[in-house]
Amino acid sequence: MLIKLKLSFFLVAILGVVGSFVLGHGARTGAQPATTNANEIVIQNFAFQPASLTVKVGTKVTWVNRDDDPHTATANDKKFSSKTLDTGDQFSMEFSQPGTYKYYCALHPRMTGEVIVK
Amino acid sequence: MKTDKDPIGRRNFLKCMAWAGTGVVWTMNAGLLSSSALGSGAKRKGSFTFAQISDSHIGFNKDPNHEVTKTFQEAVDKINALEERPAFVIHTGDISHLSRPEEFDTAAQILKGARTGQIYFVPGEHDVFTDDGKLYLERFGRGTQGHGWQSFDYEGVHFIGLINVLNLKQGSGTGLGGTGFGQLGQDQLAWLERDVKGLSSSTPIVVFAHIPLWTIYPDWGWGTDDSAQALSYLKGFGSVTVLNGHIHQVMKKVEGNVTFHTAFSTAYPQPAPGTAPAPGPIKDVPAERLRSLLGVTDVDVTRNGNPLAVVDLALQ
Repeated sequence: MLIKLKLSFFLVAILGVVGSFVLGHGARTGAQPATTNANEIVIQNFAFQPASLTVKVGTKVTWVNRDDDPHTATANDKKFSSKTLDTGDQFSMEFSQPGTYKYYCALHPRMTGEVIVK
Repeated sequence: MKTDKDPIGRRNFLKCMAWAGTGVVWTMNAGLLSSSALGSGAKRKGSFTFAQISDSHIGFNKDPNHEVTKTFQEAVDKINALEERPAFVIHTGDISHLSRPEEFDTAAQILKGARTGQIYFVPGEHDVFTDDGKLYLERFGRGTQGHGWQSFDYEGVHFIGLINVLNLKQGSGTGLGGTGFGQLGQDQLAWLERDVKGLSSSTPIVVFAHIPLWTIYPDWGWGTDDSAQALSYLKGFGSVTVLNGHIHQVMKKVEGNVTFHTAFSTAYPQPAPGTAPAPGPIKDVPAERLRSLLGVTDVDVTRNGNPLAVVDLALQ
């Protein structure tokens, strides 16, 4: 830390430029709502919306609970499960293998959905 | 099932709600239900009474009730204020909201103050879904069999606590036209058949379980997949009373020898079947009305086993 503080103003300036580029790039990526929402499953009124979501291999899918009741996203074969999602909680999971992943809510098993990974 | 053809329609629900504020005595005689308002002077004579408490959802903290611990305490106070001390109390599940240890602790602590002989439990899905009921069984399942089911006798009445909230599988219950029902499972059904086999047909039977053992509303999963099989073992008995929770409202039905009854929650009311997009809490209950939609159930058992008087007591 001390050494860094003693670096010349020139070097600090360069680092600053690089840093702002990285941050700026990151901010631009994060600001694309279409990308985020496309891989998001909203839990509302005791339903997963969309009930069927198709994504590419390697996609991270996020479930968000907008209900007043707690829910889970639990694979039918129990190979994955969120923790209890209370109101506003979310759960993300990356799908690295192609296939159809059927899931349900362990508390309200009438609630079902699927993620199709291609 | 179409809402407008549902026998338990909105009108009946509202009627129940209108009565709930004062409490109603239900008496079954020769298969017919009759009712009278509490405090009407009719003296209830029985050999003992017990109380049912349900759906305390300790940990819930949203509209319409940010004080579920307080309303649960009020329910216990209500039991303690009964003219006749209940022989025991039955909690029909959803003790906790999220199966958290501290939620179970709070509930157990409050129940310690109940003036009664013993407290029997069956779990709701909220008590078992994070760990298949391990923590629940440790804390509330002492003396039970299998995964927590139990039976006991009290003054000639045979009580059976069934569990229909374990292993809830997506796709269960398709035979009833709906999925996501409660289920008892073959192990428990086999146990039940053995449990009642030696009993005389004049033995009054009281069954308690969390999810209703009759199909109330398939669209919301309000029923139990294999309840018909369970009830088939009880066909030969003269008097069978089934006490459930889960739906946070009072409903009754008589079918042959069986009287079905669902209890109030002590935490929050849920909508009548089909009157809302989903069965979540009714959020817009005015604070001054909330306690008229919460409560406990008092059951009066006569010595000759018939009738059982089931009384719903609102907190307010």
